[in-house]
Amino acid sequence: MKRTVPLIIAIIAGFVLLIANFIPFAEGWGLTAQEWFNILAVGAMILGGGNLIKLHLKKVSSQRKGWGYSAVTIVCFFGTLLIGMLKWGVHPNPLYANYSWSGYYLESGSGLWWIYQHMVVPLTAMMFAMLAFYVATAAFRAFRAKNIEATLLLITAGIVLLGRTYAGVWLFGWLDWLPEGITHFNLAGIPWLPIDFYSLQFDRLTIWIMEVPNTAGTRAITIGIALGVVATSLRILLGVDRSYLGQD
Amino acid sequence: MDKSLETPKKSNNTIWAIIFIIGAIMLIWSMTTSRTGQVWVTAESHSFSENPDGVYTPTQAGSGEIEWTTYNVVPENELTQVAINNGEATLSWSRTIGLWLAAIFTLFILSFLVGDNPAYKFAEAMVVGTSAGYVMVIGLWDVFVPNLLGKLLPGVVQGWALPGMSAEYISFWWVYFIPAILIVMLLFQLMPKGGWISRWPIAFFIGITAGYRMIGYVEADLVAQIKAGIVPLWISGEGGFEFWPSFNACLLTIATLSAMVYFFFSVEHKGLVGRIAKVGIWFLMITFGASFGYTVMGRIALLAARLEFLFGEWLHFIPSS
Amino acid sequence: MLHALQNLDRRWIFLSMLIAVAIPILAKTVFPEVVSKQAKMVFDSIENLPDGSNILLSYDFDPASQGELLPMAQAFTRHCSIKGHKQYYMALWPLGSPMVDLSIDTIESEYPDMVYGEDYMKFDYKAGGEAVIRMITQDLRGMFPLDSRGVPLDQIPMTKNIKNIQDMDLIINVSAGDPGTKQWVQFAATPFGLTTISGCTGVQAPQMYPYIPEQLAGMLGAIKAAAEYEAAIDAVYPSINDNPKAQEAKRRMGPQLVAHGLMIGLIVLGNVIFFVSRKRGQA
Repeated sequence: MKRTVPLIIAIIAGFVLLIANFIPFAEGWGLTAQEWFNILAVGAMILGGGNLIKLHLKKVSSQRKGWGYSAVTIVCFFGTLLIGMLKWGVHPNPLYANYSWSGYYLESGSGLWWIYQHMVVPLTAMMFAMLAFYVATAAFRAFRAKNIEATLLLITAGIVLLGRTYAGVWLFGWLDWLPEGITHFNLAGIPWLPIDFYSLQFDRLTIWIMEVPNTAGTRAITIGIALGVVATSLRILLGVDRSYLGQD
Repeated sequence: MDKSLETPKKSNNTIWAIIFIIGAIMLIWSMTTSRTGQVWVTAESHSFSENPDGVYTPTQAGSGEIEWTTYNVVPENELTQVAINNGEATLSWSRTIGLWLAAIFTLFILSFLVGDNPAYKFAEAMVVGTSAGYVMVIGLWDVFVPNLLGKLLPGVVQGWALPGMSAEYISFWWVYFIPAILIVMLLFQLMPKGGWISRWPIAFFIGITAGYRMIGYVEADLVAQIKAGIVPLWISGEGGFEFWPSFNACLLTIATLSAMVYFFFSVEHKGLVGRIAKVGIWFLMITFGASFGYTVMGRIALLAARLEFLFGEWLHFIPSS
Repeated sequence: MLHALQNLDRRWIFLSMLIAVAIPILAKTVFPEVVSKQAKMVFDSIENLPDGSNILLSYDFDPASQGELLPMAQAFTRHCSIKGHKQYYMALWPLGSPMVDLSIDTIESEYPDMVYGEDYMKFDYKAGGEAVIRMITQDLRGMFPLDSRGVPLDQIPMTKNIKNIQDMDLIINVSAGDPGTKQWVQFAATPFGLTTISGCTGVQAPQMYPYIPEQLAGMLGAIKAAAEYEAAIDAVYPSINDNPKAQEAKRRMGPQLVAHGLMIGLIVLGNVIFFVSRKRGQA
């Protein structure tokens, strides 16, 4: 019951999708399963929020070090939730003016909008913007050309860093001063072997790096990941992998 | 431990003092030359009256049964003293306080660069709480109410929050009790006992995800990518044989195959296989170098956007976008 | 000197990065942009469609990547509006919905002749990621019974004849991660052959190259590509040059150049310190 029923549910759910993909008759089953999945995803959000509160409430009640910050988290969470759920400051939808709850919960000027605009946006955006600083220290401290592979990585990074800015064009501005016969010619006079020194401009070289070596390496990784995902999914659908069922 | 990685505590006070002095100078300069952090708005009235069909339609301001006012922000470059003097534009205290709080919170997060401090921890606690609460509100209004409650109680939802929805039950509406029950079962994960009940909805998630991923990855990442990797190696155009496109095609094929050989760990990487794998690593290093370059570009853009907010919208040193 | 550099307080590096980004912003440094092949492909995908085509725009990003992706999202909005394409907005990320609102604000302020429901409209956020994509490739109304204003799709002129997204002429995805471009390629572009273009972050862009051009008709990778796309629009529609909001990505390239130069300098300096100290250690 504790492990068998969930196992059967996982197998049936997965196979319903596979069958729905290949048999038009079963397409409706797949659509229903997808709709339930989307609704259940909201349940996962509620679970995530609940888990967060449970963790922080424990910290506050046991008065562990830093419990004050947990209290801030709880207050912010419930404050945002209440303001959003109650649609504080939200006016009715102009199409249905007599329905006071019909308005858009994120209407400009409403309580939730204020929280989003002045708390969520600056805090999350600045959190991620901090990575720019850490990437600079990482470049200074950790990026060492110790071997051929590391050197290749650093040279490529340097070309891409310059190539994706105006510097990629500007650094090769001196090519414009050279006569065309030097910048464009056929190697050893062979008509199908043209040499164009402008191709070495970092911006063009970057494009070539992205389209050829990067595409090749990423394609290999993509195919490898796809094989791994197929193997893992098959193991789940055939009931071989039961790690998601947890321990009894 | 590498001493250079420790934040020297002695210099912290000096650094904070310098930062506060520079910040104060910038703020004073900004406040003496512009309307620092002020948000001015114009008001717009909305009035509605019931027509003979029972529908509420817009009517002249001041004469409606239902009325409210919305506010539109006046951009700084369009705000004139005339508009302020004659009352067309008014200072919005909620948005002004909000803008100052946004700037202060941004600086709280930035302060982590000097060293861990209570301001950063406070901001960190806030971002966790508000983000989690915000996501739950979105889930409630965008999914839970229309897609679940709207199926199980269409009349109630139609009369309360979604008047545009049909109040009729759809056929087989009762199957939506199943996801509702699954959500309740999922929340048993939070209980000290009975956590095993949540395995049913989790298993449903896992099964559906496994099904999706198999279909998506096989079609798009396996078959389509193998197909895309098989390219002509001899490319001719109007002028005959084209060397560089052919060279690129050959290099692409060699690089893809050698990188795939590297990932094949069932055979020991010795001899010929080892040499091919070595070439594959070189191409993978070029891939990672390109990824690093692009990643740096992305991070710096995020920082530039935040500084534009501080210098533009808050301090008015530059025009705000 | 070597010892000082080896033990350099990392806050000096933080300060140098801050200055490298701040000064070009304050100096309003802007550089000319050369439109690359990728940006041209994306531009042509929208430009070559007949006016009034149906375009689905999915904003799968949040405020954390707003600095990188919002300029290209707004550029897509302006380009589609200039061409008179019908724009259908949606979001697969919870915090993507307010990003759509910013584009709608742009339409309402810069293209006031456009009418909601006839020229542009917005779907609510729905949870589920690839499940949403999968569903709307077959049944739009099953996932979105109403639009974001609570109006049934059958009552909206631009959606009443739309059964699913296979009726769209182009899908534009602005993506910061998962769910995002990869899922649109896997569940919409590849199985149904839907023409899809993407704008994605610098972190994601290199991973999307294998999909071009068979599965992804074009891609804007990071802020540089967004600046090139803005330049492409400016070249064909010069009047947009007068709109400073339409040059946001170009403005962000100024600090990029200085900061990238700093990054290369730091990498070179770090390696010089490493090799010199290794040599002295061996001596």
